[in-house]
Amino acid sequence: MSEDHAGPAATLAARVRHLEALLEQRGLIDARELDRSLEAFLARASPANGARVVARAWLDEGFRARLLSDANAALPELGLSMRGGLQEQRLKVVQNTEQQHNVIVCTLCSCYPIALLGPSPTWYKSPAYRSRVVRDPRAVLREFGFELESAVQVNVWDASAETRYMVLPRRPAGTDNLNEQALAALVTRNGLIGVAPA
Amino acid sequence: MAELFRPGDQVRASRSDPPHHTRLPRYARGATGTVLECQGRHPLPDRRARQLPARPEPVYAVRFAARDLFGDGDHTVTLDLWESYLRLAGLEGMR
Repeated sequence: MSEDHAGPAATLAARVRHLEALLEQRGLIDARELDRSLEAFLARASPANGARVVARAWLDEGFRARLLSDANAALPELGLSMRGGLQEQRLKVVQNTEQQHNVIVCTLCSCYPIALLGPSPTWYKSPAYRSRVVRDPRAVLREFGFELESAVQVNVWDASAETRYMVLPRRPAGTDNLNEQALAALVTRNGLIGVAPA
Repeated sequence: MAELFRPGDQVRASRSDPPHHTRLPRYARGATGTVLECQGRHPLPDRRARQLPARPEPVYAVRFAARDLFGDGDHTVTLDLWESYLRLAGLEGMR
């Protein structure tokens, strides 16, 4: 398991800085333009986006079906997308049920749907989480204070390629009369990763 | 180029331990799992990292039983694996 981003990633970063300097020198980009677009991307990137998606899916069965079959096509219904980088990233939403619980990880690095969940928490990038959640997810969830019933099947999703994952948690009991905004307020970043019930 | 595998196919991940970058995690090497779906086509990172030409090839979500990866555990682990990492299980000698 790679512990850091030295090696190819460091070389790539150096290449990017060099290219950036050349583009600036030749007046092809504004020196602050890249910073501004990065800042704008990060300002829009928040777990509140994922929470809105979940609340809509809890209320609207049609949306939920579209989200589960093709998340990238469903996100624009809420004004969201997986664009923001160089290319649109594929999103797969995995649904928790009474029988199945999902949890996401990237064992090789720290792949994560930043646009919908915001920057990832430090523990998500830690070697401890990445190596242990694939090996013994129930024990890791227990450390988050989340005890799953033994009858529930646990599915770990290791984002080892180009797809990014988000968990659709179960709607908490006793929330029948809540509106979309109130439901969204119940959804946490950890719920979207799968280490909390919602 | 058509996809080699269909959902439901049993596939075995490569056993090789290459001396270069790869996106086949060590813990899945040699293990047998079930194809869930094809996720699209992407160039093989093993080749891109070495700046070799790489045509896009199918990438599959493949589900493994924890028992087949680690010897125990009642959960599953789903990995996203490039076609080059996979062979139909039971047919390794024929391909």
